[in-house]
Amino acid sequence: MSDVTIAFRLNGRMVSATVAPTQAALECLRDQFALTGAKLGCGEGECGACAILLDGQAALGCLTPAADLDGREVRTVEGLRDGPALGRIQAALVHEGAVQCGFCTPGMAVAAAALLAEHPAPTVEQIRRGLEGNLCRCTGYVAIVQAVQTAAEPTP
Amino acid sequence: MTAPQSWIGQRVPKLDAPDKAAGRTRYVQDLVVPGMLAGAIRRSDRVHARIVHIDTAPAMRMPGVHAVLTAADIDNVPFGHGKDNTPFKGDRVRCVRDEIAAVAADTEAQARAACAAVVVEYENLPAVFDPAEALRPGAPVLHTGHPDNRPFTYDYSHGDLATGEQASAHIVETVFRLPFVTHCCLGTSCIVAEFDARGRLTLHSLTQVPFLYRRDMAAICGLQPEDIRVLQGPIGGAFGSKLDIYPYEPIAVHLARATGRPVRILFSRQEEFLASPTRQPARIRLRSGCDGEGRLTFRDASVLLDNGAYTSWGATTPFVMMQTFSSLYRVPHVRFATEVAYTNNPYSGSFRGYGNLQATFAVESHLDMLAEKVGIDPLTLRKRNVNKVGDVTGQGLRFASCGMQKCLHEAARSAGYRSRRNKLPPLRPGTLRGLGMASMLHVGGGAKIYRSDGCGSVLTLDDFGKATLVTGSTDIGQGSETVLAQMVAEVLGLHIDRVQVVNTDTDVKPWDVGVHASRTSYVAGNSAILAAKQARDKLLAAAAAQFGVPVEMLTLGGGHVLLGDRELEPIDRLVRTLHFSGRHELLVTHAYFEPSSVAQDRGFKGNVSPTYAFGTHVVEVEVELDSGIVRVLAVHAAHDVGRVLNALGIEGQIEGGVVMGLGYALTEELQVRQGQVRNPCFRDYHLLTAPEVPPIHMRFVESADPTGPFGAKGVGEAPAICVAAAVANAVFDATGVRFTELPLSPERVLQGLIDAGVAADPLGGL
Ligand code: FES
Ligand code: FES
Repeated sequence: MSDVTIAFRLNGRMVSATVAPTQAALECLRDQFALTGAKLGCGEGECGACAILLDGQAALGCLTPAADLDGREVRTVEGLRDGPALGRIQAALVHEGAVQCGFCTPGMAVAAAALLAEHPAPTVEQIRRGLEGNLCRCTGYVAIVQAVQTAAEPTP
Repeated sequence: MTAPQSWIGQRVPKLDAPDKAAGRTRYVQDLVVPGMLAGAIRRSDRVHARIVHIDTAPAMRMPGVHAVLTAADIDNVPFGHGKDNTPFKGDRVRCVRDEIAAVAADTEAQARAACAAVVVEYENLPAVFDPAEALRPGAPVLHTGHPDNRPFTYDYSHGDLATGEQASAHIVETVFRLPFVTHCCLGTSCIVAEFDARGRLTLHSLTQVPFLYRRDMAAICGLQPEDIRVLQGPIGGAFGSKLDIYPYEPIAVHLARATGRPVRILFSRQEEFLASPTRQPARIRLRSGCDGEGRLTFRDASVLLDNGAYTSWGATTPFVMMQTFSSLYRVPHVRFATEVAYTNNPYSGSFRGYGNLQATFAVESHLDMLAEKVGIDPLTLRKRNVNKVGDVTGQGLRFASCGMQKCLHEAARSAGYRSRRNKLPPLRPGTLRGLGMASMLHVGGGAKIYRSDGCGSVLTLDDFGKATLVTGSTDIGQGSETVLAQMVAEVLGLHIDRVQVVNTDTDVKPWDVGVHASRTSYVAGNSAILAAKQARDKLLAAAAAQFGVPVEMLTLGGGHVLLGDRELEPIDRLVRTLHFSGRHELLVTHAYFEPSSVAQDRGFKGNVSPTYAFGTHVVEVEVELDSGIVRVLAVHAAHDVGRVLNALGIEGQIEGGVVMGLGYALTEELQVRQGQVRNPCFRDYHLLTAPEVPPIHMRFVESADPTGPFGAKGVGEAPAICVAAAVANAVFDATGVRFTELPLSPERVLQGLIDAGVAADPLGGL
């Protein structure tokens, strides 16, 4: 099979790329667009470190073929920013102490963004279930769940 | 954040967190160096075999390949704690991890394909997987230098066991079995090696011990230590796994040398499961006794550790296990004998807690068993034997501060232990509920294993009034950088935003032994404080001279020299005056802090750490009778932290440690059968996920250590240590069944409940 050319909206900007049919979206975003926020934690769909938003839904960058990005709206952790400042969920992760080694953090931020888009005022149970696909070895998840709660709360 | 009165004890977000949350942090795993090649390793297909022939020619012919190396191509220098490992294995493989060949190629896919093309001819050798069998005469020998398969033995004792036995009214004896578990750092193992034109080597490495690493890598790779620069970029977790050098690291150096190009080796997740270290699987036979009132009389522990095929620092975990057997609670008579056995299993390394999770599981299970025999509740028994401040234990550990009694009290109170234990009604039909308790003791300020357990600091206050601390210490994500910045800010009266910490470059930073043994807050902290105090004294002396006021009347605060409440001079202007106006002085100070701990004698006696961490956990569980599923409903964790330095950071350490301990207790096991790893993926190696984590209630006991930085002690490892014992004690409280083997998987628990007649055998009617 030959390479395919794809065009998609990446963090708000139209881009194009030529990718091999076997290439994963994660590899394309990291290698061709230097967006190294999404991480390769397992490459097998089991850790969530590679999470990206595809048309607003969380997707695993390591399992999604790059060719499938064609025509889609793609957002990575780098695109969760609010202008020059950290986005709401990113700031909450910082302030709740939810970042240790930080390798899981981009995936957590993306999963949380997808969760909050679907449930703007989630219950704790919804948050915990929403993060089920994301592994963290450092924090024990408590501060991460708290951060999502904080990010969900309306600003007073 | 706005400047608080004091930076100590605040909730300070980690300095590196914003970049990490933004996805901007460049981890070693993200690094791309121009001209970089991908390295890959061909590992053994056998558990124990003679290598008859290696044919690399097919690999050499593959596209994109720059170099293929085997043992024949390099000076294959032995290395590791027992000097029994080599970068490549040339004539013999001893476990599935063993490195036979390596390839550098243009892409990772090409490198892996070429590795697969190397043809290896083997002749199988008899193998041994059970450490007890490995020690029997006639067992297959792994290393000719150790015909008995015993690379290490440890024998410790204090008091006299016979006297202890005579004084005992009750004795319990149990064999505990602990499994293989592994670190599961989210970032897999990685290194980038590059030589410059003068032959100087730069390593982008995950190491936790950069200076020892430099020395050892130099010996392995035929270089001078000073010709190696170690850059420690951000890494995706360590937990002890980066204390040793592993073969892939010198292999990357040899590939870089052979190709004249930078080379990166990055493990796949499967490779990480197969070829990174594990916690020591252990068999612990423990006899413990107490008198009629529950006062401990003796402990006699015989431990057998599975070393795997090669010896890493992990083989020294008995040092730490020994402390728990000898000194957790007051015990007059103790014997501890450990044998470490070579097997054809994957080899173990060091892992947060360093032997203490295994030892504490045994000791704390026994305390509950003794309490049952005496007929008193487990909390009372523990209180009767509690360690106290001022104690010098049989092993010579000195407790200059000790919050253990308070930890027992606080954890018990938080959980309502006394009134609720042994009578928690089930929440749902078909389940039982119980409470269990366990405590821990661990070094809290390093361990004097090397000649020095010290750390250097260089502090610069620049002409803009910004402080830069160059510390020898290493941050592996635990947040030491932030805590050190807090200490400097506190001493110099600066906002934390005016302090930066540099800790990643051995060309720049002063010596430090590395990050382990919960030492960084204590040792690097005291070192930073010393340097900061010198800077403060210089500033105050300069201001006193300039303004003609006695130095005793001056303090620092809010970025100024203060005379009482009055701002006399901003620090930056004072520094500029020092630089430029006649004095031509820089404000640079340095310090080396060496803790007061001592190296232990040949009998393993001596005060190996300047301070010790204590803690107690109470765990509430629900056991499902028809499935054997153990659900943890709550964890109450009280820790003697000396003093809280960063409340946000310490909560994160405790939550993370507790959940790691729960994984050890309930779900984690690297299934090694006949030397093969059966579950090398996250689907089959079960890490806990967010929905499975119970509420964790924390209590901090501030025992104000007299030599700790602002009274603090290290607690990086502490929270993982006693979780499993507390869970097993809670399962006993719920069901009356004592489990002595981990993990408490549903299959194991169900079988135990059936055997004890607590649950019905689903097949019983057939
Ligand atoms: S890297 Fe995609 S799920 Fe782990
Ligand atoms: S912060 Fe390290 S894996 Fe989550």
